[in-house]
Amino acid sequence: MHMADALLSPVVGGTMWAASAGLLAYSSSRLKSSLDDHRVPLMGVLAAFVFAAQMINFSIPGTGSSGHLGGGLILAVLLGPHAAFLSIASVLAVQALFFADGGLLALGCNIFNMGFFSCFLAYPLIYKPLAGETPTRAKLMAGSIIAATMGLQFGAFGVVMETVASGISELPFDSFVLLMQPIHLAIGLVEGVVTAMLLVFLHEARPELFGVARPGLETRSLRPVVVGLALAAMVVGGGLSWFASADPDGLEWATAKVSGKGELAAPETGIHATLDALQKRIALLPDYNFRGAEAAKGEARKDADSWASVDAGTSLSGVLGGFMTLCLAGGVAFVLRRRAQAKA
Amino acid sequence: MGIDSALHEIRRLDDLASQDTCLHRLDARAKVLATLFFLVSMLSLGRYEVARLLPFACFPLLLAVQGRVPLGLLFKRAALALPFVLFVGLFNPLIDRTVQLHLGPLAVTGGMLSFTSIMLRSLLAVTTGLVLVGITGFDQICRALGRLGMPTALLVQLQFLYRYLFVLADEALRMLQARAQRCAKNSRPSLREYRALLGSLLLRTLDRAGRIHQAMLCRGFDGQMPDLRPTTAFGPAEWRFCAVWGLFLVAIRVLDLPLYLGAKAGGLIP
Repeated sequence: MHMADALLSPVVGGTMWAASAGLLAYSSSRLKSSLDDHRVPLMGVLAAFVFAAQMINFSIPGTGSSGHLGGGLILAVLLGPHAAFLSIASVLAVQALFFADGGLLALGCNIFNMGFFSCFLAYPLIYKPLAGETPTRAKLMAGSIIAATMGLQFGAFGVVMETVASGISELPFDSFVLLMQPIHLAIGLVEGVVTAMLLVFLHEARPELFGVARPGLETRSLRPVVVGLALAAMVVGGGLSWFASADPDGLEWATAKVSGKGELAAPETGIHATLDALQKRIALLPDYNFRGAEAAKGEARKDADSWASVDAGTSLSGVLGGFMTLCLAGGVAFVLRRRAQAKA
Repeated sequence: MGIDSALHEIRRLDDLASQDTCLHRLDARAKVLATLFFLVSMLSLGRYEVARLLPFACFPLLLAVQGRVPLGLLFKRAALALPFVLFVGLFNPLIDRTVQLHLGPLAVTGGMLSFTSIMLRSLLAVTTGLVLVGITGFDQICRALGRLGMPTALLVQLQFLYRYLFVLADEALRMLQARAQRCAKNSRPSLREYRALLGSLLLRTLDRAGRIHQAMLCRGFDGQMPDLRPTTAFGPAEWRFCAVWGLFLVAIRVLDLPLYLGAKAGGLIP
């Protein structure tokens, strides 16, 4: 479920990069403040473990297909959310650079889809309450299966939102959701079962890894703020794209109601003519490509389309740009605050 | 992709990155920034653009040639990255069926245009990313990002992952080979076997982390990996590289070069 560069617009890619960068900065500062250099090699080696484990497939009984570990949740359980988020980001970066899984602009989306949801939503909100302080076999199984499934559902939904918001693919939201969510329900169940198996195995082999409180993992009051901020960026990004795609239709409908005919006749002079000329200069398909009878119709259509889309595009990038700035500023402020606290 | 082929591919790119050309000698920050600028300007083109994407191929092509990255490797990798993009992109010709232009007897629909556009975008983005690794190297890219403001914790994490990726993948490969030799048939592990395989790999991983930590303490780890290469400066060569590519990218993003050339060529035909 790697999001790909080719399906992404720079505005959406940049927004998701800003959200991921903010989370990365926040996680890094949290790790720095709980200076525990024992975890440095553990994070690196466990990320390498996940990388290797993703390439070992097993056959799923009764189906003939194969599955493998994704690794987001198990990293969160073994390392805590912040260190796990960095580890997942590093695995995704290696995959993006060497295997072109996703791409460089899409890396922000992928870190968010696969890191944020499993580390900052599924782990603390689903796995931890279900597994409890002293996990048993059943609790581990239930916690990791539900958490992994939910994490992947959110991640797949993120892919859908980002694709639809970018508007490069024509796939409508509802059919894309109907394609992605059931597939990832199956993938999530496999991920949950494998994670649960490994956790039960570890629980039997190394019980000291569980139940021992590790420092630096306690929750702080500011986490919900960052989580909320990132969620807001996501929701707004997706929500606005809806308006952007719904707007032209609404506009056309409105003009039809007001003027009583389908399309408004364009005035010959004035600002519309100027804009029209400008639009023709930057349009992808010059008029002479349209043939005779279709030319007039096609041009009118193109006019209406470009009017609406230019409009919606600017307002979308304006609002998303604002959110990007907000996320960036939030990230910077966070780092500075942590530094100030460390000095004090 | 199997573990052995994955390792082979990584090492192959790594070897390419250790060459010595004028591109390899450039400060990694210049290459990273130029690549990001390329991606943003290329991907910001409208969804029906096909012809205007083509001039962007200059960037990966010229860099690959100048940095001696074999083009065959790039195309092979780009093909591997296609499935998801193909899956999503294939719906475009089915959904958007308004005829946009006629090429002789062939009516080209908007969906066909945007599908071609998506495929081209994928090809360009993937090859450019690989060229960046091939002319820079993973470690240098990470350091460049660190010098551009990436948090130290993430930098160290990336370096650790890259160092132990080979060790862990080799370990996994040995376990798989041992299993293949004992079980006499070349099938995928069952769920039970998988649990045992991955479980013991995980235990070995945790043990290894402990040993690495001891070794790091013995050698006086101060929170950062030592840089074995001399740090490069952002000098005149880097400014020149960024300026030339920046101007070129802005030019092909703003001007419709293929249309201009096409009109000129069309004018020659009476």
